[in-house]
Amino acid sequence: MAKLDSTLKNMILSLLFISMGMSAALGFVYNLTKDPIAAANKAKEVNAVKDVLPPFNNDPTTEVRNIDNLAFYPATMDGKPIGCAVKTYTEKGYSGRFDLMVGFLPDGKINNIVVLEQKETPGLGTKMKEPKFKNQFNSLDISSLQNKELKVKKDGGSIDAISAATISSRAFCDGVQKAYNLYMKNFIPGNPEVRDTLMTKGGKR
Amino acid sequence: MSQLKYFTNGLFKENPSLVLVLGTCPTLAVTTAAINGIGMGAATTFVLVFSNLLIAALKNLIPNKVRIAAFIVIIATFVTIVDLVMKAFTPDLYATLGIFIPLIVVNCIILGRAEAFAQKSNVIPAILDGLGMGIGFTLAITLMGSIREILGNGSIFNIKLVAEDANTILIFILPPGAFITYGYLIAIMNRMKKRYNI
Repeated sequence: MAKLDSTLKNMILSLLFISMGMSAALGFVYNLTKDPIAAANKAKEVNAVKDVLPPFNNDPTTEVRNIDNLAFYPATMDGKPIGCAVKTYTEKGYSGRFDLMVGFLPDGKINNIVVLEQKETPGLGTKMKEPKFKNQFNSLDISSLQNKELKVKKDGGSIDAISAATISSRAFCDGVQKAYNLYMKNFIPGNPEVRDTLMTKGGKR
Repeated sequence: MSQLKYFTNGLFKENPSLVLVLGTCPTLAVTTAAINGIGMGAATTFVLVFSNLLIAALKNLIPNKVRIAAFIVIIATFVTIVDLVMKAFTPDLYATLGIFIPLIVVNCIILGRAEAFAQKSNVIPAILDGLGMGIGFTLAITLMGSIREILGNGSIFNIKLVAEDANTILIFILPPGAFITYGYLIAIMNRMKKRYNI
């Protein structure tokens, strides 16, 4: 078969034919991958919550509450609140925004933190993922700090910043602080009754 | 005439990254670790093979004046397929490479091979050419990723080669290191081509 001439009719028909064929192929692949993608996203969320909290047996992703752009995942063990994972963020990173998942125990102490998404400088800012930096937050009680504020040592606080990545370390503190403030405000660990109702009922305010 | 030369062409003699210097954006941007090179290379190879195949098969149905538009539609389709499949089955790799996958659409290697090779040849040589070019690209960026990861991070495929808190030559995983490594690799490649007369 000879190559089609570039007449208007040929060009329109050819592009139409190709676009339709390609759209059909895409629709087919989209349908095939829709469920695995949803499952992968959900697994990512659940794993992050699991990583930052002690064992729980409810499904925090269905009880998630959004307050001021942070997502709160209340976790319970046999109906008893055992903590809350907070998906928080900071805009102050060296390359802008990054996301953290912070796990709080009912008494307001930090249980563990994982870094979810970040674009910090490889080898410098990315060291915030490493235990050496991150573990100093574990079982830290922010209310025992001066002004209840997390600060790096350079700013008169108690956190050892990552060397050559003070901006990322400050941003990390900022993200955790944001989560802590909202957690204390909305889940009031000082008042067990309010806390228990909020934590077990999830979304209702 | 052996069909095999279409395949070996892209591996060394016309290696897309190191000889043709096409697709430098992914070559420089994703090669901070060896595993990224393999992931990006595999995704590009997939797109290259299938777009070459389809373009070679449809070449007589595509009028000359709209060929670029038609090629881009075909390439974009396969890139979107890779994007969806990676999101579904390799979410971890997708987290690192995610923002570069859509950019495969504008990777010069793919449009370049469609324009310079696939639209003038038959299906089998087009597939072999896509495969060769893709594997050549994968080898080149994996090599670059390995060099940068070893020097800059002290590890290879995430396996630590030096002590956990040892200092490494950080500049190699930063953008300037990409250019330095790339420059040296191209120089070595040129030297080898001269020496062995290829």
